[in-house]
Amino acid sequence: MSGLAIEKISMRFDLPGGGSVQALKDVTLHLKEGELMSVLGPSGCGKTTLLNIVAGFLAPTEGQIVMNGHTVQGPDAERGMVFQQGALFEWMSVRENVGFGPRMKGMPKMDMAETVDHLLDVVGLQDFKEKAVYELSGGMQQRVALARCLANDPDVILMDEPLGALDALTREKMQSLVLKLWKETGKTIILITHSVEEALLLGERLLVMAPRPGRIHREYRLPFADLGVGQDLREVKKHPDYAKTREEILAMIWDMEEEIMGRTEGAGA
Amino acid sequence: MIPLLIYVAIFVLSYYLFTKVIHHAARNDYTSLKTVTFGDESAVRPNRTASVISILTLFLLWGMFTGSSLLPKFLHMPGPFEGTATFEYTAQTPDGQRDTATVTVLVHPVDEEVTEPEVDPGDGWAKNDSATIGTWRSGLIRVDRNDDIGRDEGAEVVAVNGKPIAPGGSVETEFGRVGMSPKGTLNFEPAKGWQMEPIWLPAPEAVAARVVEIAREGFRGSTLWEHLGYSLFRVVVGFFFGALVGIPLGYAMGLSDWFRGWFDPIVEFMRPVPPLALIPLVIIWAGIGETGKIILLFLAALWIMAIAARSGVSGVKISKVHAAYSLGASKPQIMRHVIIPNSLPEIFTGARVAMGVCWGTVVAAELVAAEKGAGMMIMVASKFQNTDIVIMGIILIGIIGFGIDMLMRWAERILVPWKGKG
Ligand SMILES: Nc1ncnc2c1ncn2[C@@H]1O[C@H](COP(=O)(O)OP(=O)(O)OP(=O)(O)O)[C@@H](O)[C@H]1O
Ligand SMILES: [Mg+2]
Repeated sequence: MSGLAIEKISMRFDLPGGGSVQALKDVTLHLKEGELMSVLGPSGCGKTTLLNIVAGFLAPTEGQIVMNGHTVQGPDAERGMVFQQGALFEWMSVRENVGFGPRMKGMPKMDMAETVDHLLDVVGLQDFKEKAVYELSGGMQQRVALARCLANDPDVILMDEPLGALDALTREKMQSLVLKLWKETGKTIILITHSVEEALLLGERLLVMAPRPGRIHREYRLPFADLGVGQDLREVKKHPDYAKTREEILAMIWDMEEEIMGRTEGAGA
Repeated sequence: MIPLLIYVAIFVLSYYLFTKVIHHAARNDYTSLKTVTFGDESAVRPNRTASVISILTLFLLWGMFTGSSLLPKFLHMPGPFEGTATFEYTAQTPDGQRDTATVTVLVHPVDEEVTEPEVDPGDGWAKNDSATIGTWRSGLIRVDRNDDIGRDEGAEVVAVNGKPIAPGGSVETEFGRVGMSPKGTLNFEPAKGWQMEPIWLPAPEAVAARVVEIAREGFRGSTLWEHLGYSLFRVVVGFFFGALVGIPLGYAMGLSDWFRGWFDPIVEFMRPVPPLALIPLVIIWAGIGETGKIILLFLAALWIMAIAARSGVSGVKISKVHAAYSLGASKPQIMRHVIIPNSLPEIFTGARVAMGVCWGTVVAAELVAAEKGAGMMIMVASKFQNTDIVIMGIILIGIIGFGIDMLMRWAERILVPWKGKG
C-alpha cells in the first residue's frame, strides 16, 4: 500500500514525579500519496507528539505507523521534517545546508550541485547561495529549510509550525510557496499550524484535534488549497465557504480552550 | 595614598576633558543615535582614548615616583635628600656643663664610594663630627667619641638643634630625622622624599635596560628567549595533550551514559582542585623536570577541555540532530557534521580558558622549582633583590598571556564564525 497510515497510535508520557500524561489516544489516520493535510488544535493536544512519532523520533506506546508497506522504526530520509526554526546548520553555507541530504547519501558532486541550484531557484535564494545561514532573515531561513528538505526528495514532508515565527506578509508569501511546491512535487505533506487561516488555505484535508487525551476531533475536506495554487491567496479568502468554515473551526477550538480553562480552574479550586 | 589620589585626579580630569569637551565633535554611528545608553550594555564600547590615557597614567605614576629620567624633572616627586646635611647636638656632663657641636653628614647615592668630609673640631669640650650615610639608609653616629668628655665619662646628649631629646625619642631637622637609641647613641635618617627606592621599584628605563641586557646576555646560562620559550613550550605541549585526551573524553561523556556516569565523579572532583595544589604531588612523582611540568599542565587542561567538549555536545539543539537524522545521516555522519561543528565554539571557549590557566600554572610551577622558565627567572631574581628583573618578568609574562588570548580569539573568529549565531 502506498501512502502513510497512522494506526491506532497512543502515547503516554510517564512523568518523573509519578503519574503520566496521555498525550495521544487511538489516533488513526490514512494519507494518500500527494495529500496535504493541515492539523489544528489547542495548545498541548499532542500535535507535535504525533508528528514526532510519524517522523520516527518517538516510539508510540501503542499502535504503529506504516509507510509504503513497512512499519516505521526510526527517522529516515523518506520522511523529511521542517522545523519551526533554528534547525539549520549555522556552520554551513546556504548551499551546504541544502545539499546536506544528498551529500550524506554520497550523491556525486555534479548531481548534487545541480539539485541544489535547482532548489535554490525554486525558493528564490540563488543570490544567497554562499551566504552563512545566520546572515539571512527568518523567512529566508525557512525557505532554506524547505529547500533542504526537498533536496532529499522525501515521500512525506512533516512540518511543525514552519511559518509560526514569521511576520504576516512573509508568511503569506511562504504559504503560496508551500502550495506551489506541493503541486509541483506531489509530496504528501502534514502541516501543523496554530493559524486557522493557514490551515484552511493550505490543507486539502484539515484535522482538528482535541486535548486530554489528544485525539482526532473532526476532519474537513476543503477546496481552498487547490484553488490557491497559482492564485493570490487573498482571492481564495473571498470564497463564500471560507468565512463560514473559519468561524466554525474557531468556535470549535474556542470551546475546547474554554473547557480546558474551566477544567483547570475547577481542579485548582 | 598619594599615588592613588593622583590616579583618581587624572581619571576624573581626563574623563571630563574627553567626554564633555571633545566628545561632541565626532560620533555619528548607529550607537550614537541611541538615546538610551545608560543600562544598554551593547552601547558600551571601550573608549580607546581612555585606554591610552589609562596606560600612560600608569607609566606616568611609575616614572614620577621613581624619578625616571624619561620624565621632565618638574614632574618628579621629591627625591631622597642628597648632599651635605648638618645638625647640632648639645651634650651635658653629670655636673651640668653644656656644650654644643655640629655634625656634618654627607648623604650620598648608595653605589658611590665617598670619604668622610673633613671638619674642624671646633672649640669647647664637645667636638664637631662628620659621617657618611647612603640615601634611603640611616646610620648611627657616635657623636661623643671625639669629645673631651664622652659617654664613658658620664656626658650625655640632651638636645638636637636646640630641641631636647631623650633615649628612644627623635627630632625632625630640615635634612631628616635624628633619633636616639635607648643607649643614647644618635641615629640620623636623611629625608627619604616620596620616591621609591630602586630596590623596591626601579624606574621604567632601568627595567627596559634590564630587558635589553638580559635579551643580549641571558640570565643564569639561558637567553631570555630560552626562558620564555621553555615556559611556552610546556604550556603548548601540556595543553595539546590535555586537549587530545580531554576532548574525546568530553564527547564520550556527552554521548554515552556509561561514560558520563563513570567519569562524572572524577571530572567534577578534579575540576575545583586548582592545578597549583597538584604541584607538590607532581614534584614527588615526576620530579622537577619537564615531565613533571607537562603532566601538571596536561592535568590543568584536561578537565577544562573535557567539560567544554561535554557541554558542547549537550548544547546541540535536538532539532538539529533530528533534522540530520531525517535527512538520512548516519551516526558517524551526525557526529562529524552536526555534533563536532556544533561543539566547536564551546571547545574554543574552553581552550581559551585552559590556555590561560596553563600559562598561570606554568609560571607558578616554575616559581616552585625549575632550571629554566619565566617563573624561575623572577623567583631567582627576587632572591637577589633584583626588582628590575622581577618587574621585567612580570610584564613579559603578562604580555605573553595576553598575546596567547588574542591569538586564541583571532583563531576563534576565523575558525568558528558561527559562534553565538545558532
Ligand atoms: N517529553 C515529554 N514528557 C512529558 N510530557 C510531554 C512530553 N512531550 C509532550 N508532553 C505532553 O504531551 C502533551 C502534548 O504535547 P505536544 O507538544 O504534542 O502538544 P502540541 O499540540 O504540539 O502543543 P503546541 O501547540 O503548544 O505545540 C502535553 O500535555 C505535554 O505536556
Ligand atoms: Mg507543538
